[in-house]
Amino acid sequence: MSDSPSGTRDRQNLPAKKPVETGLRQLEHGRNPGMALDMDWVRRVQANTSAIERRAASLPGRRSVKKDYQAAWLLKAVTCIDLTTLAGDDTAGRVERLCAKARQPVRADILDALGVSGITVGAVCVYHEMIAPAVKSLEGSGIPVAAVSTGFPAGLSPFNLRIAEIEESVKAGAREIDIVISRRHVLTGNWQALYDEMRAFRAACGPAHVKAILATGELGTLRNVAKASLVCMMAGADFIKTSTGKESVNATLPVSLVMIRAIRDYYQATGYRVGYKPAGGISKAKDAVTYLTLIKDELGDRWLQPDLFRFGASSLLGDIERQLEHHVTGTYSAGYRHAMV
Amino acid sequence: MTVKDNFETMAYGPAPESNAEALGWLAERDGRFGYFVNGRFTEPSDGFESRNPANGEVLARLSQAKQADVDAAVDAARRAQPGWQKLGGHGRARYIYALARLLQKHSRLFAVLETMDNGKPIRESRDIDIPLAQRHFYYHAGMAQLMQAELPDRVSLGVCGQIIPWNFPLLMLAWKIAPAISMGNTVVLKPAEYTSLTAMLFADICRQAGLPKGVVNIVTGDGAVGEMIVNHPDIDKIAFTGSTEVGRKIRLATAGSGKALTLELGGKSPYIVFEDADLDSAVEGLVDAIWFNQGQVCCAGSRLLVQEGIADAFYAKLRARMDGLRLGDPLDKCIDIGAIVDPVQLKAITDMVDGNNEGEIYRAQVEIPARGCFYPPTLITGLTPSARLMQEEIFGPVLVGTTFRTPAEAVALANNTRYGLAATLWSENVNLALDVAPKLVAGVVWVNGTNMFDAAAGFGGVRESGFGREGGWEGLSAYTKPAGKTKPLAKIKAFSGDKGPEDALDRTAKLYIGGKQARPDGGYSQAVHGKSGNLLGHASLANRKDIRNAVEAAQGAAGWSKTSGHLRAQILYYIAENLSARDAEFAHRIDALTGKRTGAKEVEASVRRLFTYAAWADKFDGQAHGVPIRGIALAMREPVGVIGAFCPDEAPLLGMVSVMGPAMAMGNRSVLVASEPFPLVAADFYQILETSDVPAGVVNILTGNHAELAPHLAGHLDVDAVWSFSSTDLARTIESASAGNIKRTWVNNGQARDWAGPDAEGRGFLEAATEVKNIWVPYGE
Repeated sequence: MSDSPSGTRDRQNLPAKKPVETGLRQLEHGRNPGMALDMDWVRRVQANTSAIERRAASLPGRRSVKKDYQAAWLLKAVTCIDLTTLAGDDTAGRVERLCAKARQPVRADILDALGVSGITVGAVCVYHEMIAPAVKSLEGSGIPVAAVSTGFPAGLSPFNLRIAEIEESVKAGAREIDIVISRRHVLTGNWQALYDEMRAFRAACGPAHVKAILATGELGTLRNVAKASLVCMMAGADFIKTSTGKESVNATLPVSLVMIRAIRDYYQATGYRVGYKPAGGISKAKDAVTYLTLIKDELGDRWLQPDLFRFGASSLLGDIERQLEHHVTGTYSAGYRHAMV
Repeated sequence: MTVKDNFETMAYGPAPESNAEALGWLAERDGRFGYFVNGRFTEPSDGFESRNPANGEVLARLSQAKQADVDAAVDAARRAQPGWQKLGGHGRARYIYALARLLQKHSRLFAVLETMDNGKPIRESRDIDIPLAQRHFYYHAGMAQLMQAELPDRVSLGVCGQIIPWNFPLLMLAWKIAPAISMGNTVVLKPAEYTSLTAMLFADICRQAGLPKGVVNIVTGDGAVGEMIVNHPDIDKIAFTGSTEVGRKIRLATAGSGKALTLELGGKSPYIVFEDADLDSAVEGLVDAIWFNQGQVCCAGSRLLVQEGIADAFYAKLRARMDGLRLGDPLDKCIDIGAIVDPVQLKAITDMVDGNNEGEIYRAQVEIPARGCFYPPTLITGLTPSARLMQEEIFGPVLVGTTFRTPAEAVALANNTRYGLAATLWSENVNLALDVAPKLVAGVVWVNGTNMFDAAAGFGGVRESGFGREGGWEGLSAYTKPAGKTKPLAKIKAFSGDKGPEDALDRTAKLYIGGKQARPDGGYSQAVHGKSGNLLGHASLANRKDIRNAVEAAQGAAGWSKTSGHLRAQILYYIAENLSARDAEFAHRIDALTGKRTGAKEVEASVRRLFTYAAWADKFDGQAHGVPIRGIALAMREPVGVIGAFCPDEAPLLGMVSVMGPAMAMGNRSVLVASEPFPLVAADFYQILETSDVPAGVVNILTGNHAELAPHLAGHLDVDAVWSFSSTDLARTIESASAGNIKRTWVNNGQARDWAGPDAEGRGFLEAATEVKNIWVPYGE
């Protein structure tokens, strides 16, 4: 199977790039198989909150991306968006609109002016019941459907039903499964239980790629975030993801820094690249660029592709569209000039 | 590069900050500057070029001040000073507040000009230098406002000569000018030759603020101009930030001049990473430590000490991070490392690194611009403490390192240096961090962070990193002096005579060293006579070897500095108790020696004074400064170490007790040279010490000739401070000899002090007996 969870790399005919990060061990890039739970490593993990916050706070001042570079970065951000609807009132019609936007996220004339084509979002993310209409709408586009699963968002439904939910969703055509971990395992330090749960979820996914939602806003400390990240990767997560979008605190730069440093450590130790998905709270183009700089500086360029990086976001796309039009015209844009979801 | 190309490469691309406004500001002045004296700019005269180190382009021409120019500046400052002081705290606060606001209004212009002149990245000048400079003026506007209420016994020093370096041109100007003028002083400031432009812009701001003429005067030029300021007879205080080498010259030049002096000098600050640290954050901390301002930072964490078990993993992370640093045009907003300030400095760095043939060198894999002064981030590991690069300041983006095994070894390696400016430690263990921080010989310690600065927390060093603090309450003593007038102190002569002893039973007055009575090394004694010429006894004559022995004994009593204030109080009370029990005998002895009838009063005052310092021993608290981080800066008062003191001649017991008391109370060990004309009290007094549980070596007492002993005690490199209240004016001798290890000095400059009065005890003495160490502890889980 492809080493690209969504197939987006094939779709965009991107060259299979050589990793460019220096100082990192470079092995072949395959899907993370996981490893035995290494408690010595888990216990060693540290995360100094104030230092992490200082790094996160100074980053936007250290990096600046302008003009044509900025336009390119914003387009890259678009290709990394998991366009998402997770509402109780979702209908097939609503999902069809979302999928149409996923195929054509930026107005064609703007893309023409920028000299690029074939820009789509990274994936469409829905609840299980919306998989079928989404798969139908996206047919032929190569855009994968991701489904949230395992009793999303709380993850407290019976374990066998959570496993069954994954299997049903994969059967329905979801190529990516966003699972939620049991926060209680983290909060009580039951790393073995977390590992076993994640292992089971991963197995249930089969060929579908699995994103582990840590719900970082509910884990109490950054140290817990770091440990949970590591345990989920050891158990075979393809991606680690911050939030369901339903917690009171979603993706933040400090949390992201902790998670991507865990990804880096895991890569250095195993040679396997795990993807990263911040979700919730990223709504401005400028924020998206800051996230990309964080990834570029801490993980390296290889992670700036949709097979290893996604934004879980709904309103971000609208702001990026306005910024791109501004880049083309030199005039600030308005929301109604861009197609709604 | 098209958008499509950039989409593939995801490169950063250029992000230049415009320099149009700054160039415009220079052009309006034809790129030529005179001095700022008495509220106006003088006509430009012959001088030197100021270049942009990133591209070698000439930015402006500055004038080289001559003696007449410095004289004019000092004269303007002198004339302005009384009025500025009289304006009062609130009046001054209004102007200083205006300066802060104007700095803020013109913040980007200052930042761009600073970057062009110095070569530092615009990110740093914009986000760090200029905001900190503003903060310093805001903070000290407040200090001016509070001076009258909070410092009622302090007054302005007068005219301050201030000489600042090129690494933080505007920020160092702010650190110097803000506290000085807030306390009612006026200043003559000389910026560094390489970087004078933001000082000129600041002068412009002073005019816009309507600052009274002559309060701030700025002259430009090279070291020769600095010398003119240092040697100017009408300047009351010199404040210098720069190299230890120049600081030492300034100490020598000002010795005996009566000028107050503060020095903020070089460093080789340790950066300690314990095995339980958050390694990624500690690596990132190094970016802020040694790759901040191209490593041209006096307090840069330049000496990496890593616990052995994690060293390889840490170095691997560090090298990877180094490769991610971006080096280039300082005006680019996406640059981490800009240009070295000048080709001269670039050569100095290059030569030092090229001269090293030890350890393993790693240079960051970064692109270096074809022109301009650039040096790549460099790491040299596997060095030993004896390597030159582990001892000497490189002042560039070069980190040197070695490993340690235990916390105790980390402390030993960290302190194995002549410097003592700053230190950084990383550990997630609060017990370890708070145990190690006080043990590090440094004026500033950062826990789990580095290079954190704020106006509310004092900054400055110990050992050869200088003395004095800038910022915080502790910084104000550098710009004030005690209120009140002083009178000259006449030399007090010993009585002479040829009569025999009153008591035929001979007693031998020895020296008191390491808790034992010791005969003088030279084997000489001196006859001591009373007023009527009768022989009172013989006092030992100490020589340089006795000083050596006494200092060694004092160093051996280091445990005293770790005792609790409560224990020290108990011992001081006990001394008082034992002295009181023998009061009549001491009174008689004092009367016999001095030929006066004040002995009983002096003994009584001595007992009181001992009570005072017993009281203070557990009450001279530090502070928790309100710095703008989530965390605290703990201003801890630490003993200076070993204090050598020439005791007052006129009050042989009270004078000695007045010096010994604060030293002991604050945890210092002392070498006291007793009253020269009336030395025999010392021999009685050590008996009191012997019976009062004073640990051996905590107090050592010598008798002898002050002038002969002064150069040896002040020159001893293992003595941390020397005080003199002798009626022999030792100021020049002591201040000159102290330059060897930049020790703290406190001399009377030939002025008298009423030892029975309130000026002879209290905070002034306690401050001299302590160093303020600021320990920054950011927290949060």
